Amino acid sequence: MSSTCAARQPLWRHPEFARGAREMTGTALGIGAWALVTGVAMAKSGLPLPLSVLMSVIVFAGSAQLAALPLLVSGAPLWVIWATALCINMRFAIFSAGWRRYFGQLPRGARLRMAYFAADLNYVLFLRRFPDPAPAPEQVPYFWGGVACNWTAWQVPSLLGLLLADSIPTAWGIGFAGTLALLGITYSMLHDRATWIAAAVAACAAVAAFALPLKLNILVAIAAAVAIGLLIDRTTPKHVRPMEDRT
Amino acid sequence: MTTIDGVIAIFGLAAITVLTRGLFLIPERDVPLPAWLQQGLRYAPLAALVAVVAPEVVLTQGQLITTWMDARLPAVAAATAYFFWRRDILGTILSGTAVLLILKLGFGW
Repeated sequence: MSSTCAARQPLWRHPEFARGAREMTGTALGIGAWALVTGVAMAKSGLPLPLSVLMSVIVFAGSAQLAALPLLVSGAPLWVIWATALCINMRFAIFSAGWRRYFGQLPRGARLRMAYFAADLNYVLFLRRFPDPAPAPEQVPYFWGGVACNWTAWQVPSLLGLLLADSIPTAWGIGFAGTLALLGITYSMLHDRATWIAAAVAACAAVAAFALPLKLNILVAIAAAVAIGLLIDRTTPKHVRPMEDRT
Repeated sequence: MTTIDGVIAIFGLAAITVLTRGLFLIPERDVPLPAWLQQGLRYAPLAALVAVVAPEVVLTQGQLITTWMDARLPAVAAATAYFFWRRDILGTILSGTAVLLILKLGFGW
């Protein structure tokens, strides 16, 4: 009976919803600064304001937006614009294989609704909260709590940046706060030799491959880190690691 | 570009957000992934974050920075020191941004 009662409870009243939101607040300031700068950049791109607002609200993918904007303004063919966004977002496709292990049993509509809102940091924090890739009832409220915080922390400053573009001094480099937020999250994921080495390899690969178009350097870095990570996993003696899914 | 073109492009971009973020969530049956790939995927989010952060710190206009007098380096050093001292993300952001602003606004770096 208790599980039926829990199911009737509104999602946002679930303690895991609050926890998901709370664990996202640490990075919210950095996300917000980044969104603000993205909004300013969008406003200065030459796209009419109503279209920029529409884009910010419904596309909800910062780097794809920034890449698509100049193409859109210059009248590039639709398929070029969409192919660009597709490549830049490809890292999310990799994460979706991870989401599947938690949410694969939900109805397809629910899965896709969650996928739309699942940004990078949602994935990172979710995996830290639930390292064991098996479905559990508290995962859905935790997910939506993190999404609620991240979505708000992104959309509100992004719209402010769009509307107040001329009075926000981007030369101060406040967008760097977003990089620092990601840096902190990155550090929190380094917990053994394998992750440190994988991170170092990914950093070198991302910088070395930076000249590639469409931010493909991100995919190069992921491939390099996965390869070196697997190599380390196979060449080091087995011991229990909290993030490993089989023993 | 007409407004209608823009709206179509933007709705397409939103669809791409769903398509990419949900790629492996679309099929009803599990898509079998090789075990080594499943295991290797635990490094993917870490690598994606690093791949966004590293170029933002050491590149300017796609070129490696050539001077130590770049406000980003002390900012990252301060943020790093703070993180490993307190393990707190908010403080990491604030300490790094404070150093950045002091160097940029105060010293003109």
